[in-house]
Amino acid sequence: MKLVLARGGNRSSKDSNMVTMNSDKAATKRKPEPNNGGCTKINNEEPSHVHPVPTSEESPNHLLYKKMEKIVEKMQDETTGVPVRTVKSFMSKIPSVFTGSDLIMWMMKNLDVEDQQEALHLAHLMASHGYFFPIDDHMLTVKNDNTFYRFQTPYFWPSNCWEPENTDYAVYLCKRTMQNKTRLELADYEAENLARLQKMFSRKWEFIFMQAEAQSKVDKKRDKLERKVLDSQERAFWDVHRPMPGCVNTTEIDIKKACQMHKPIHGVKLVNLSSQLSPSTSGLAPQNNLEQMKKQIALLKIRLDRRNIKISKAAESFVAYYEQYLEYDSFFVAPEYPNPWISDSPELWEQEKTAKDISARRVKRWAFSLQELLQDSVGREHFIKFLDKEFSGENLRFWEAVQELKALPQSQVQEKAMEIWGEFLAPDASCPINVDSRSNELTKKNMEVPDRWGFDYAASHVYHLMKSDSYSRYLRSEMYKEFLNGSKKKVRKSKT
Amino acid sequence: MDLENKENQSETIESLTKEAETLKKKLEDERQKLNDVTLAQVAERLDIINYMNIKPRRTLKGHQAKVLCSDWSPDKRHIVSSSQDGKMIIWDAFTTNKEHAVTMPTTWVMACAYAPSGNLVACGGLDNKVTVYPLSLEEDVSLKKKTVGTHTSYMSCCIFPNSDQQILTGSGDSTCALWDVESGQLLQSFHGHSSDVMAIDLAPSETGNTFVSGSCDKMVLIWDMRTGNCVQSFEGHESDVNSVKFHPSGDAVGTGSDDATCRLFDLRADKEIAIYSKESIIFGSNSVDFSVSGRLLFAGYNDYTVNVWDTLKCARVCLLYGHENRVSCLQVSPDGTALSTGSWDYTLRVIFFCKNYIFV
Repeated sequence: MKLVLARGGNRSSKDSNMVTMNSDKAATKRKPEPNNGGCTKINNEEPSHVHPVPTSEESPNHLLYKKMEKIVEKMQDETTGVPVRTVKSFMSKIPSVFTGSDLIMWMMKNLDVEDQQEALHLAHLMASHGYFFPIDDHMLTVKNDNTFYRFQTPYFWPSNCWEPENTDYAVYLCKRTMQNKTRLELADYEAENLARLQKMFSRKWEFIFMQAEAQSKVDKKRDKLERKVLDSQERAFWDVHRPMPGCVNTTEIDIKKACQMHKPIHGVKLVNLSSQLSPSTSGLAPQNNLEQMKKQIALLKIRLDRRNIKISKAAESFVAYYEQYLEYDSFFVAPEYPNPWISDSPELWEQEKTAKDISARRVKRWAFSLQELLQDSVGREHFIKFLDKEFSGENLRFWEAVQELKALPQSQVQEKAMEIWGEFLAPDASCPINVDSRSNELTKKNMEVPDRWGFDYAASHVYHLMKSDSYSRYLRSEMYKEFLNGSKKKVRKSKT
Repeated sequence: MDLENKENQSETIESLTKEAETLKKKLEDERQKLNDVTLAQVAERLDIINYMNIKPRRTLKGHQAKVLCSDWSPDKRHIVSSSQDGKMIIWDAFTTNKEHAVTMPTTWVMACAYAPSGNLVACGGLDNKVTVYPLSLEEDVSLKKKTVGTHTSYMSCCIFPNSDQQILTGSGDSTCALWDVESGQLLQSFHGHSSDVMAIDLAPSETGNTFVSGSCDKMVLIWDMRTGNCVQSFEGHESDVNSVKFHPSGDAVGTGSDDATCRLFDLRADKEIAIYSKESIIFGSNSVDFSVSGRLLFAGYNDYTVNVWDTLKCARVCLLYGHENRVSCLQVSPDGTALSTGSWDYTLRVIFFCKNYIFV
């Protein structure tokens, strides 16, 4: 897999059989010639990866293609769509085109885009996926002017999901060299590609040449205007799949998604998907075993038993959270010191590191929650001082020891767990803490096999105790108030 | 005898199926009762947000291929980024200098993360491994690398859960795993997703015992790290969930998906409470993050843009252009003073905007 990915950029590496099958289909559809099918036989050089053939539904881009095609269909509506015309120019006709400005105007009117920039951006993206294209430019983009654009035929839409082979590309380029038309002349990068392909396929070049010749013959028989359209659509197809240097290849698939698609077990997984979509709720396949069913029912019951809050309450809490933290959100309110990314001065960060000149804004935050207080090193130290004065420092020390335990390497966990037990909870603890009997029992039991989570229950009990007791007393204390007022004064001083 | 047993079993399966169906319906009804108002209705009283004059403050150029992942250092100015060319770069984003460029044993480094100390980074990808690199200026960083864990498929995301000593990973093998850095021991594995895990995020609670994961099975799951159990699940997305992020309050999870929507799932209401989408947004979202107050949700999309959503009014605030290919990753800096974005156009950007001051 890696090999394929590396070779083709991160283009999806599909089963080579599928691709050639499709390109056969393409060839027959375009040029109903019997010998076109021969192309399959040359493709043996492809490393034969036995991936399940991804259906178009599985392609991660599928949802997107569907959405774009819905828009394109609307655009092509004969009465309400983008006005498509055949333009007479000097000595010749330009069939089935529309202008960039007509397209943008239509998009502004019919899609919920905010402004012209968004319309242009979306138009550009749709063009780069090949749904419409400028009639004589390899760069698939859209300008809001009188440049002519043409719709791609659905046959060449990317949702048809076939990744063309290099041999197909070689045939196409080779064909272009046979048709003595200025509009079909190869661009520099195409000529370079052709030279490279000729080197790569030197052994079967004769065959490629023959195929190109056959296709070119068929093309010559076509009606002039029809040919113009077809030529441009074919060119646009290759501009999507072999983009001009500097242009984005929109057929590339996210590497994670490509891996997911190509997993050999994927087919099996899909079957299970419906039944396992959610561990709690989802459709049930009859083959599910009893145990799974029971598990599911148990989970459903747990969900039903959950006490949930109403949307109004949840919404109010988010609004309240926003209002409380608004002052600290740099995207709304400027921080006390200039934002480093704008002022180019790291003053803000340096200020934070020093324990001097703590702003009132920062001290105010300590009152939001115990967590906020403990997260701020200065706040934490101040709180410890307060606890020491109250002779109740052991609760915080215990809680912090438990957090420390959780962060230790596995090798040190046991030792530290014993240490915590000995210091805070053992009958002869050097620094005993008060926990309820349930926490004590649970912890005692956990100590039989000490692990990093063993004190969690007791720790959360202690945390709530701290929160409702010492922390609220701290907030009401003169010590906190003094610090808050002091910091205000300092800020005022530094400003004047 | 055997036959009888089987019959009994099928009967019980049938009755259990029925029971599950009724329970599901009941659950649906119960959840419906919670819908007294919408989030947007409650937020009507808030002012509308407007932003002007948005410019990237820094552009980080140096990767030779698609940027796939990035993470802020806890020091608020360094960024680690990984790219498809198999390079991991440590940037001083403030000065835009590259401090380390490490070549990985694999191309396709899908994920990278800074440890809380800022002295260690982890990364991995198609090699199915998570590898840690201690950062030091004196010697070659890759000399001291250490492989910590191995999945049976690609590693899609990793995060240090409040400690340099553990790594939490998500993988294409549809599991998440907690590893001990020193010994490489698997401390806990998390089974429950039925498809590739795309993203994980740690709950901002004081104990940090829970995390969230998003997967290609369209589900968002909440996990208890201690027991390895899934404690809550959210459905709603119509395609792969590419990104999950806790609301700074810890009470909700924001998500981004290939279905071109972002959503907000509330843990206390046990349901989706907001959807951020627009008819004209048709590309999938790869990465989401919140501003400090939780009011803004930044979302990077496959259409090369970043949409900024008002999470409360459920409306788009603005649309940031600039990248020339998909936006693959995005993250608000630890102190909330800037937003970093990484893209398939090989670059990273640091963006900042604010309505209350004028840029010079």
